[in-house]
Amino acid sequence: MATKLKEIDAVVIGMGFSGTILSRELTKAGLNVVGLERGADRNPADEFTLTRLRDELRYVQRLELMQDNSTDTITFRNAPDEGALPVRRFGAFLPGEGVGGTGIHWGALHWRFLPTDFRIKSVLTEKYGAKSIPDAMTIQDWPVSYDELEPHYDRFDKLCGVSGQAGNLRGKLIAGGNPFEGPRSEHYPNKAIKTGVGPAIFSEAAKSLGYHPFPVPVATSSAAYVNPEGITLGACEYCGHCNRTACEANAKASPNVNMMPVLRTEPKFELRTRAFVTRLIYDKQAKRVTGVAYTDMRTGEDYEQPAGLVVLSSFVFGNTQQLLLAGIGEAYDPRTGKGVVGKNYCYQFEAGGEAFFEGREFNPFMGAPGMGTAIDDFNGENFDHSGLGFFGGGYINCAQGGAPPIGGRTLPKGEPRWGVGWKQAEAKWYRSNTRFNTQGSVYAHRDNFMDLDPTYKDALGRPLVRLTYNATENDHKMSRYLVEKMEGVIKAMKPTHYEVHNRPKNFTIVPYQSTHCTGGTMMGTDPGNSVVNRYLQVWDAHNLFVQGASVFPQQHGYNPTGTLGALAYWSARAITDTYLKSPGPLVHA
Amino acid sequence: MPDDSVPRRQFLLGAGLAGTAIAAGLAEPVEAQQTAAAAGAAAAPAAPDAEPFVTLSALEAAFITAAVDTLIPADELSPSGSDCGVAIFIDRQLGSAWGGGAKMYRAGPFRKGKPEQGYQLALSPREYFAAGITAANAWTRKTFAGKDFDRLAPADRVAALKAMEEGKAEFENFSARAFFAQLHGITMAGFFADPIYGGNRNKAGWKVLGFPGLPATYADKIDAYRDKRYVADPQSIADFS
Repeated sequence: MATKLKEIDAVVIGMGFSGTILSRELTKAGLNVVGLERGADRNPADEFTLTRLRDELRYVQRLELMQDNSTDTITFRNAPDEGALPVRRFGAFLPGEGVGGTGIHWGALHWRFLPTDFRIKSVLTEKYGAKSIPDAMTIQDWPVSYDELEPHYDRFDKLCGVSGQAGNLRGKLIAGGNPFEGPRSEHYPNKAIKTGVGPAIFSEAAKSLGYHPFPVPVATSSAAYVNPEGITLGACEYCGHCNRTACEANAKASPNVNMMPVLRTEPKFELRTRAFVTRLIYDKQAKRVTGVAYTDMRTGEDYEQPAGLVVLSSFVFGNTQQLLLAGIGEAYDPRTGKGVVGKNYCYQFEAGGEAFFEGREFNPFMGAPGMGTAIDDFNGENFDHSGLGFFGGGYINCAQGGAPPIGGRTLPKGEPRWGVGWKQAEAKWYRSNTRFNTQGSVYAHRDNFMDLDPTYKDALGRPLVRLTYNATENDHKMSRYLVEKMEGVIKAMKPTHYEVHNRPKNFTIVPYQSTHCTGGTMMGTDPGNSVVNRYLQVWDAHNLFVQGASVFPQQHGYNPTGTLGALAYWSARAITDTYLKSPGPLVHA
Repeated sequence: MPDDSVPRRQFLLGAGLAGTAIAAGLAEPVEAQQTAAAAGAAAAPAAPDAEPFVTLSALEAAFITAAVDTLIPADELSPSGSDCGVAIFIDRQLGSAWGGGAKMYRAGPFRKGKPEQGYQLALSPREYFAAGITAANAWTRKTFAGKDFDRLAPADRVAALKAMEEGKAEFENFSARAFFAQLHGITMAGFFADPIYGGNRNKAGWKVLGFPGLPATYADKIDAYRDKRYVADPQSIADFS
């Protein structure tokens, strides 16, 4: 029997970027907030320290900061007519666990979507005609515009101390920045981080082809910086250990460093860790949630926490699962196209390559994931798709992200992978190669979705989320086009040798690709096309707000976190300025 | 290693005794030290501190030692895999929480999936390697005149691993190709992980690459070393402890 606790103003489920931003904004508005996090507390003073972090085996290989799959995972299949099987250890994507969530171990590439991305269906219809969009491509416009989100992008930039070079400041183009970006109201808080030799060669080659290279924007401060919460960030040390680990320099943004210190001293905020939320308690008649049920993983005790307002800010899978389990909104059915919960699961379609420069010294162990240059000439609607046979695109970049010795080595094809001659090949090539990536969009497809698995359960007895996902013909065509353009730049760099890699036909759950999972609780203009309205308020439960990339209608050609943070501030503003004064639907269906 | 220079029986006995001696708190028998050193020695000097295996059986340890020495042969760039501690690393990893299947979803039903669905066996990494070694030895016995993998001449060991890598070795009820991938992966991890885990002894792996290890604070070095090799005597976590 669950112990019923005293009602609280607001409960926030999941302490990643969205959850901490909402917690902060709600306490500022005077609410008493309980933050529930199923994983451990991760306090930088304990965990983000040297020498502990310089351990590739612990963090990168054994995934210290990632979700414990023995407690919870998902099942996966490529198509609706196949049997799904559990992902026994995450591979393709790596959701985090504990305070900070996936915001600790991310690579901190910090992008905004294009203004045209937010109205992609309309733009494609206007430019190429409604018939040009395949029936199975279930894309839709965002119910919010770039201009509306811009001030919130700016707030998130400042929270994170983002480093970059503006390309469009209030409509004025600035040389050296991304000329395709939406107008920014302010410069990046910090100057662009340094660049490596490989990315510098890429930049010159791209320019020679008439493209527009610029430094990749990163949520890693290039200099000491005080964010608007009064927290002092350090400067990047270019340690090369960023990905899958934390930052001891307090340069790479994380909820733990950039926001949690304020919440930890906030009397209106209470953090409960190892609190596994099993269920939203839903009053269907009243169209509201009355609270949440959770298990204290330290004692096994069950609790019911009544709340006036619930913010659901776990990962894409958890958000979708909670709504499906509680019966909030209609579950999506790919056969009929009806229903919305679980619909439009999307991902990032990345392909890449490497170039080898015999005899050059790139010192690849010095770096940061965003220490690179990119071109945005083939993203979204930055280029004409007439006659190409696909929609979408992505940025193309060359980065020096660090080269940890277990996983960060790469050899030309034909060199031995072991045995006689292998070490000589490593010694020859390890320090003289550079890498490329294309950050391809994924435009939603009718058959890519999430529902509840009929067979497999988590450690608390709940059905796992079942992911049905595969690459589409559009994805492959789009990606091959990007790879071709990338190859053109690589050739112009004149390497000794290079390789490019198109993606295999089927999406596979191993190896790692990106943690850019999106969709499942998409936002839209009415309950027929979405789970949440433009303020991330659930149509069928007005006091429930869903945060995170699960609200994206589709995934564009950029890393998702910048937009995720902007949406959190946008949603928080609607709650504190409007909803709290008169609780009820913010948009009338 | 010449084919029959070390009587296997003696090696197994020695390694087994070493484990027992440690467990019982006894001094390591001289014979075990000698045989272990002999087994590990190739062109490189014997490892200064021959550590006992705590997870692998003597038979498994012999397989792993032979495998890592074939994947990472001694040459002018480094001692052999086992002399760099890679076999000990694997022994410790398989005995760790990871080796026991920590953070891994292990509920059934267990079904054979498509390759796209990833690992679907009930086995923990430790169990997986045990089953893989058994299957590999059964295959080499069938293919190479009754010999376990560690008893093969160096050229045959290479041929055997190649056959596994290319999926040409037909193990009974076990994927040779997948096993090779795991074996190769954990061997590379052992050669390149921080030496605190038992492998990469004397930072041998890092020296091959020119990887400087810790502390990795380069803000003042990126520009100073543009197109110029940054050379540092690599340092490990233990060097700062």
